[in-house]
Amino acid sequence: MAEKQQNRCFQEFIKGLIRENPTFVLALGLCPTLAVSTSVSNAIGMGLASTFVLIGSNLIVSLIKKQIPEEIRIPCYIVIIATFVTVVELIMKAYSPALNRALGIYVPLIVVNCIVLGRAEAFASKRTFVHSFMDALGMGIGFTLALMLISIIREFFGFGKIINYPVFYNFHPALVIGMPAGALLVIGLLLGFFNIIKQKK
Amino acid sequence: MQNRLKVSVSPHIHKPVSISKIMWSVNLSLIPAGIAGAIIFGFSALWITVISLITAVTTEAVIQKLTNKKISVKDGSAFLTGLLLAYNLSPSVPLWIPVVGSFFSIAIGKMIFGGLGQNIFNPALAGRAFLMASWPSYMTSFTGPLKFDAVTSATPLALLKEGKPLGDVSYMDLFLGLRGGCIGEVCIIALLIGAAYLLFRGYINWQIPFTFILTVGLFTWICGPRGFLTGDGIFHVLSGGLILGAFFMATDYVTSPLTINGQIIFAFGCGLLTAIIRLWGGYPEGVSYAILIMNAATPIIDRFTKTRVYGTVRY
Repeated sequence: MAEKQQNRCFQEFIKGLIRENPTFVLALGLCPTLAVSTSVSNAIGMGLASTFVLIGSNLIVSLIKKQIPEEIRIPCYIVIIATFVTVVELIMKAYSPALNRALGIYVPLIVVNCIVLGRAEAFASKRTFVHSFMDALGMGIGFTLALMLISIIREFFGFGKIINYPVFYNFHPALVIGMPAGALLVIGLLLGFFNIIKQKK
Repeated sequence: MQNRLKVSVSPHIHKPVSISKIMWSVNLSLIPAGIAGAIIFGFSALWITVISLITAVTTEAVIQKLTNKKISVKDGSAFLTGLLLAYNLSPSVPLWIPVVGSFFSIAIGKMIFGGLGQNIFNPALAGRAFLMASWPSYMTSFTGPLKFDAVTSATPLALLKEGKPLGDVSYMDLFLGLRGGCIGEVCIIALLIGAAYLLFRGYINWQIPFTFILTVGLFTWICGPRGFLTGDGIFHVLSGGLILGAFFMATDYVTSPLTINGQIIFAFGCGLLTAIIRLWGGYPEGVSYAILIMNAATPIIDRFTKTRVYGTVRY
């Protein structure tokens, strides 16, 4: 019985990575994905900040789900999420002001990130404390990995760099890949690519 | 059995024309402009065109092979895309630019939508827009005509945009193509010969190009630099890529509306946007962006200009 439950927990964690990847399968949270995937360091910062908020909000929502009245659940979730976003923002401002500047408005905008709200509404409000935690961890890491994949491609083709280091001496990067239009292009191609793989299975 | 039952949309009456025949005719009609470009700008123009063509055709064949589709490069549409893309490039670009551009045109502009007939945007212009946004410095440095020493010189439209004197460029120079510009757009007379052939054969209709050119001419004449009706409409018609765009790119069957009324709206929109970009926009030339924007508007134009089936309710 204990083993089965453990297996279940692991399933809730692992599904967020690939099978229900928030970016490429659920297509949630695309706005921050488009905006901050210009460099790998930004992507990791954004991914970790979102993961923290996801875990915090999922935990609290699953703990007090019985107390939240049905009619006003969305405002309640927003208050919980906003609390954690404020925590992240203050920490980021204190310890990594450069990253905070680079991410700009997209840190406070985690409040309205549909992954966080979506998981609170669709998962944490119905499931147990432990499962919600595992789900948030999986989704957060899945989001971070997706952001990293997109930003590696964009940083290489758009700026000619891999993790902030220039690669080739005589390389002319395609500026458009680093611009918003390029973000849509890269994400569109990756979504198509993952759909092809899914269909083949 | 499945292959023997052919289901197709309505016009079922057949004429002895085919896609490949039309495409190769368009390719043929573009050859004078290419020869003129090679004479005006030298061998570099020729190499860019050849490399662009080879890349376009190879890309299409490789993608069709990889996706297990019938290889249809012989229909001439990939050839046309490569040709039009090369004609939209400055003669001084490094040779990897047409390779990347043609690859993007065919792979992202056309094949990803499902190949010929499925694309929303004119593939050659999509490739050009990609190159413009990615390597603007290469795409906007031009060499002067009949000088083979690669001295950069601005196009007449760029001079106009920066408010510099135009020098001694006469209408005749513009008409013959003796100015800086893209490979295929400069020689108006060569383009008109090709366009006349296509019009004569009935492969393009006159509504799109004439509405497009007339709109640009009238609008730039009305909104002149020194007030009402002081513009130089003829200069605007003869410079930039207007003639190339109006006759050979706005008339693309796939990305322009189906009905004549729709085509006139489409061409008017192209002309208006071109004039607005040229007069007040950030770029000196706006033909390619105007056509791309109107390509995006084509489905909605088609929706509102659909011919009503007799006896059905007007909506």
